[in-house]
Amino acid sequence: MVGLIGKKLGMSSIFGNDGEMIPVTVIQAGPCKIVNIRTVEKDGYTALQLGFGKKKSKNVSKPVIGQYTKSGIDTPSAILKEYRYTETDAYKIGDEIKVDLFTEGEKIRVKGKSKGKGFQGVMKRHGFGGVGGTTHGQSDRLRAPGSIGSSSYPSRVFKGMKMGGRTGFEAITVQNLKIVKILPEENIILVKGAVPGSINSIVELIKK
Amino acid sequence: MIDINNILPEQRKTDIPDFHPGDRIKVHVRVIEGDKERIQPFEGDVISIRGAGASKTFTVRKMSGTVGVERIFPFYSPKISKIELLKSGDVRRAKLYYLRGRSGKAARIKTKA
Repeated sequence: MVGLIGKKLGMSSIFGNDGEMIPVTVIQAGPCKIVNIRTVEKDGYTALQLGFGKKKSKNVSKPVIGQYTKSGIDTPSAILKEYRYTETDAYKIGDEIKVDLFTEGEKIRVKGKSKGKGFQGVMKRHGFGGVGGTTHGQSDRLRAPGSIGSSSYPSRVFKGMKMGGRTGFEAITVQNLKIVKILPEENIILVKGAVPGSINSIVELIKK
Repeated sequence: MIDINNILPEQRKTDIPDFHPGDRIKVHVRVIEGDKERIQPFEGDVISIRGAGASKTFTVRKMSGTVGVERIFPFYSPKISKIELLKSGDVRRAKLYYLRGRSGKAARIKTKA
C-alpha cells in the first residue's frame, strides 16, 4: 500500500486528446517528508511514516516535537500518516516523496473524509424511497421510513435498524480513479472525476 | 498557488475574437469522419455566455428553416478551429432566451451602430 498525502484544491475541467472535456479534481499531492521508517527488526513490519504540510512548533506538544528533532526535521508537519512499503531500503529519513511516485494514466484509490451533512432522514442517509403517493388521503408520509419492525413480538426495534441520524463526515475510499495529468513542478495531480471531501480537505492517494 | 480555473494555460486559446451575446458569429467546427477531418461552419446568434475559466461556454442559436437549432460550445474547445465575428448586435440583456419564443421579424437583433 504505497501512498501519498495531499490536499484537495477543487474541481475544474481540461480538454482531452480528442477535444473532449474531462472533469478533473485538482489535488496538491505532497511533497511528503519521511519522518520515520519502520523496520522488521524494530517494529515487526516495514512502513514509511510520511508528513505533509507545516505546523507551528508552538502548536505541537513537546513529545511529538521530539519525534521530529530525532529525525532531524525542524518544522513539524500538519499530518502524519504511515504507509506499508514492502521495500524501504531505498528510502532514508528526511527524504521527500513526490508526485513522481505515480504515472499519468495510472488508476489509483483516493481516500478522504466526506462532507458533513448533519442530521438527515432515511431517504438521504440510506436511499429509502419514502412511503407511497400523495393521494387517497395520505399526508406527511412522503419522506417517512415506513415500518421499523413487528409488534408484540419482538416488542423492540432491532439493533442496526436504518434510521435518520448524523450523515457524512466519514472516511470514504474511491477506487479506480484515473490520473489524467501530473504537473511535477507544482506538485499537482489531476484525477478524473470527484473525490470525497470539501475544498482544502486532506486526501490520501493510494497506489493500487 | 495555481489558478484552479487555468490549470493548463497551454489549453487556453488567445485568438478568440471579443464577442458578446447578440452578436452574429460563425463557428468553424472540426468534424472527424472516419480518419478524415473537415471543417463545418455553424453560423448564428450568440444568446448566452456562461461560466468562467476552463468550463466557460457559449450558446449559438440559428434558424434551420423553421426549426431553431442551438449549440453549446466550450469557449476554449480544441474542436473549434476558428470563430468569425460577423455582426455586433445591440441588446440590453446578457441572456437572450426570449428569442426562443419568437420567430421571423420579431426574432431579429438590432445591429450596433
